[in-house]
Amino acid sequence: MNTLIDKLNKQFPLKNFVQQRENLGFITIPKENAVAFITHIQKFEGFTHLVLLTAVDWLEKDKFQLSYILNNPIIKKDLTVKIFIDRENASMTTIHHLWEQAATYQRELKEMFGIDFPTSPRVDKPFILEGWDDLPPYRRDFDTKKYSEETYFPRPGREKNDPAEYMKQKLYPNE
Amino acid sequence: MREELEKRIVYSPEGEAIEIDPLKDYFCDALPQVEQKSSIAILEKFANWARSRSLWVLGFGTGCGAIEMRPLMTPKFDAYRYGIQWRPTPRQSEVFVISGYLSVKTLKRVIRSYEQMQGPKYVIALGSCTINGGMYWDSYNTINRLDYYMPVDVYIAGCMPRPEALLAGFEHLKKIIREGRGEGANKYAKDFAWYKANQKKIIKDWDMPDYNW
Repeated sequence: MNTLIDKLNKQFPLKNFVQQRENLGFITIPKENAVAFITHIQKFEGFTHLVLLTAVDWLEKDKFQLSYILNNPIIKKDLTVKIFIDRENASMTTIHHLWEQAATYQRELKEMFGIDFPTSPRVDKPFILEGWDDLPPYRRDFDTKKYSEETYFPRPGREKNDPAEYMKQKLYPNE
Repeated sequence: MREELEKRIVYSPEGEAIEIDPLKDYFCDALPQVEQKSSIAILEKFANWARSRSLWVLGFGTGCGAIEMRPLMTPKFDAYRYGIQWRPTPRQSEVFVISGYLSVKTLKRVIRSYEQMQGPKYVIALGSCTINGGMYWDSYNTINRLDYYMPVDVYIAGCMPRPEALLAGFEHLKKIIREGRGEGANKYAKDFAWYKANQKKIIKDWDMPDYNW
């Protein structure tokens, strides 16, 4: 996989290559070059299968990470393309022209993270949540416990133990 | 509002224009009524006995607990020997087993199905999730207490309860029905405004009539 990355490096500004396993690598690329790069490796390097498109919320860095996991079924290797975009007005170029099923992933990301993919088919239609009017629930600044307590009539009398505190008291009661 | 529920004009084969308002024309807007018991006590007792001997369950699995209903239907536990059988439509069934966690999206379908069922009807709440939210108690998308949205006759605690527990729950429901305490449908009709307000509080895109009969 290293030779492949060296070859691609001449064409694209790739960063931070990490070889996680023999058959799995991670690569970071700027947002502007991302779709060109993904198109290139789909057409010419045999990464013809989109395994997964998902997002990670890096709240502290104020960034969203989009991960496109691509698979080459002939050499049996996965390459994950990581792209960092701003959390404010998060938006990314759609790739549904490369894989039709990407439209569904993008619809989910729009609903759960609030990342927009302009011109992606049905991206504004509700995916799982119907009539959601709060912050997108997968964002880390969305407080799911608070939302649940305000909305779903919690039953009083529920007790819970913080696992760390509980084990500390049980194992080291004198400290 | 969904597209198919909006007012529109359709044309008959003869070219006649017909105006359609689906929410008014496709649904009955009468509210549920409290059904009076028979004045003859022995008749009522007989009816309750008969009801308890033949429970028809709606085959609608709402959460992970639906997996417990499959062994019940099949020879391993064979609920049919207790007079319990599963039916494909709400119109034919009288017991609704809420099996496990209930997301808001499913709750909307559950309400539609529950209201279409014929009275007297009973609800069995299966699993901890229906009691206080269970392991999904702080989820943004699952309800915590089922009894705020529909009257519940029997709770079966556990995560998940075994099919034996479900059978015991059915036996308990039979006892309740025989004693004449299975009044869920009447309770729903009586406190209809309260139930509806709770349902509408969490279902944000309410696009169906108030009572889906």
